Amino acid sequence: MTMTPNLTARSHAALEDPILQTALKNATGTFIEKRRVALVDTPDWETLRTRAREVKEHTINNLDYYLEQLASNVQKLGGKVYWARNDEDANRYVVELARSRNVESAVKAKSMATEEIELNHALEAAGVRPIETDLGEYIIQLAHEKPTHIIAPAIHKTRGQISDLFADKLAVERPNEVEEITAIARARLRNEFLTAGIGISGANFAIAETGTIVLVENEGNIRLTTQVPRIHVAVVGIEKVLPRFSDLAVFLQLLPRSGTGQKLTSYVSFLNGPRMDDGEHELHLILLDNGRTGILADEQMRESLYCIRCGACLNVCPVYQKIGGQAYGWIYPGPIGAIISPQLQGLQKARELPFASSLCGACRVACPVNINIPDLLLNLRAKVMEQQGGKFSERTAMHGFSLLGSRPRIFSAMGAIGRRVARMMGKNGKLRRINFPGLGSWLRYRDVAAPNESSFRAWWKEQDHNG
Amino acid sequence: MRVSLFITCLNDQVFPQVGIAMVKTLRRLGVEVDFNPAQTCCGQPAFNTGYRKDARALAEHFIDVFQNERADFIVAPSGSCTAMVRNYYQELFHGATDKSRLRAIEGVRTRLREFSEFIVDELKVEDVGASFDGRVTYHDACHLLRELNISEGPRRLIRAVRGIDYVEMEAPDTCCGFGGTFSVKYAEISNAILEEKIARINRSGAQYVVANDSSCLMQIAGGLSRAGSPVKTMHLAELLAHA
Repeated sequence: MTMTPNLTARSHAALEDPILQTALKNATGTFIEKRRVALVDTPDWETLRTRAREVKEHTINNLDYYLEQLASNVQKLGGKVYWARNDEDANRYVVELARSRNVESAVKAKSMATEEIELNHALEAAGVRPIETDLGEYIIQLAHEKPTHIIAPAIHKTRGQISDLFADKLAVERPNEVEEITAIARARLRNEFLTAGIGISGANFAIAETGTIVLVENEGNIRLTTQVPRIHVAVVGIEKVLPRFSDLAVFLQLLPRSGTGQKLTSYVSFLNGPRMDDGEHELHLILLDNGRTGILADEQMRESLYCIRCGACLNVCPVYQKIGGQAYGWIYPGPIGAIISPQLQGLQKARELPFASSLCGACRVACPVNINIPDLLLNLRAKVMEQQGGKFSERTAMHGFSLLGSRPRIFSAMGAIGRRVARMMGKNGKLRRINFPGLGSWLRYRDVAAPNESSFRAWWKEQDHNG
Repeated sequence: MRVSLFITCLNDQVFPQVGIAMVKTLRRLGVEVDFNPAQTCCGQPAFNTGYRKDARALAEHFIDVFQNERADFIVAPSGSCTAMVRNYYQELFHGATDKSRLRAIEGVRTRLREFSEFIVDELKVEDVGASFDGRVTYHDACHLLRELNISEGPRRLIRAVRGIDYVEMEAPDTCCGFGGTFSVKYAEISNAILEEKIARINRSGAQYVVANDSSCLMQIAGGLSRAGSPVKTMHLAELLAHA
C-alpha cells in the first residue's frame, strides 16, 4: 500500500475527506456511547481495571516463565509451538507449512498480529490465496486497503462504496441493502471455509496453565476458521499470555465492554489443542516477538505490552476522531498505535507519531488496563530528542527559553520586547493571519488578542510601591 | 493564611489580567498574597516536547525560587502547570541523587495548589462574594480534569456567583486541541479538534466560556474569533474577581 510521505500530509487528506469525517464521528460516537451504557451496569469497573493491571504487570515481569508454561501445555495437548523472532521468521514458518501440506488457500480470522507481519503478502507470494473472513477485513482485502480501526476495520467505507466494491470485484449484481451485502459475503465465505487447507487466527488471550487459546468475536467466522480446516495456525504476540484460566473472569469482562460496549461477544472460543486427536488435525501456535522483547527490556516503556487491543483509546482520542486510522501510517492507530508503532518499527521510522497528541489523557482514563499512554508518549518524545535531536529552530528556542528561565530580569525584558512586537504586528487589537516567527502555523487557524503592554510582574511591582 | 503565587509564565507575560484577578479574589477572601519575581517557567513546554535537559534546568530554578517561600501554599491559576510540578517533577528528576534537591521538590509539590482547588479544598469556600450578569459555560481543561481530578470544584464556584446563568455544554470534558507545541507542529489537526469544541460552545447558548487554564482559553478564543462567534472567554479568576 502506498503512503503519502508524512503524517501532516496524510492527516490533511483525512480531514479533507467528508465521508471519512462522517464515518469517524458516527463510529467513535457509537462506540463511546455503547461503552458508557455497558459500564453503568458494571459497578466494580475500577476494581476490574486495577486487577487487570496487576495481572498484566505480574505476567509481563515474568513473561519467560509463563511463555514456557504455555508452550509446554500446548505441546501436551498435541499442538506444535514455534517461537518466531520477527515477521520474516513467522511468515516463513506459515509458508513452509502451507507448502508442505499442499495448501492452496487459507481462511483468516481477524488478527492484528498477522496484519503486523503482513502474512497475506507472504502467502500470496508463495502462491497460497489468503481470504479474510471477518466482514470488515473481507471488504478491506477486496479494496486493497489497510484497516481504519483495530476492531472495526472498514468503518471508513459507506454502504454505497461497499456495494460498488462487491459489484466490481465479485461479479455480482450491485447489492442495495446491508442484508444483501452480508448474504453475498456469507455465501462466498462458506465455500472458502470448506475448501481452505489452513485456518489462520490470532488470539485475544493464551492461558499458560491450561494451554488454551481464547478468541472473542461476533460473526462466527473465527470459530469456522479455527475449526473447519484441518490445520489451525494461531499467530500470537508474546504479550497475550495470561497465567491462569481464572484471569479470564477479569479480562473477558473488560475486553468486550471496552471494545464494542458488549457485556459478552456472540462467540467466545476456548481452544485446547488440535480439534481432534486423530493425527489428521494440527494446531500450530506461533509465538511472535517482532520487537516485543525490546519493549520488555525497557523498563520505562514496558507497560506498552499490557495492551489487550480493545480500541477504546482510539474512540476517545480527539486526534483519532479527526484523522482516523490510516493516517497513522501503520496498522496500529490511535494513542496505542502512537506508542507501539515507534517501538516495533524503530524510532526513526515513526518519529512523528509520539508528537501528534494533545496529551489530553482521555486514552489513559479509557484504557481497561490503565496504561499511562500520555506518560509513555512523553518518554518517547524524550527518546526521539535524545537520539535524533529536534529541528534546529525548535532546539534553539527551547534551549534559549531554558537559559532565560534562570535569569528572571532578562526573561522579563525579552517578554516586554515580544509583547511590543506583537502589539505592533496586530490590527485592531488582534493578531490575525500574520506570520509571527515560529507561530505562523498556529496563527493560520486562529487569532490571538494582542497582549497587554504590561506583565503581571510589572503590575505587582507597581501596586507594591503604591500599596 | 499566606500564599505565594506561582503566576505561570504565560499569565505573567501575556495574560496579566488573570494574575491580577487572582490576587483580587484571594485578598477578598482574607488571604495574604505574596509574589516572588524571581520565578519564570515550570519547564512544561520543554518537558512535553522531549527536551528533558532544558526542562530540568527550568525546574531546578523553579524549585530554588519556591522552596524557601514562607507560605502555607503555593497557588497557580493553571491546572496544567500545577500538574507538571505535582505529577511530573519526580519523573523529570528520576535517578537524581541530590537528597536535598529531592526533599525540596517534595516540599514544593505538596504545597502547590491549583487556584480553584485552593479555594474549595483549603479555604473551604464556594461563594467568594462575586456577582456576574451573563450566561456562562465551563470547559474542563484536560490536565486539570485528568491529571488533578478537578471538575466539581470550579463548577460549584461558578454556580455560587450571584446573578450568573450557568449552562453545561455538550461534552465539556473533551480537549480543545491545544496541547502546547502540538498546536504548532500539527496545527491543522489541532484546529480540527478546536472546531468541534467551538461548535459545542456555540450550541450551548452561553455568552462566556470559563476555564482555569489560559493556554486552553487562548486556543478557544482564537477559534471563536476566527469563527466570528460573539462568545467571550474568561479565566475562572476573572469571573470570581467580578463584584
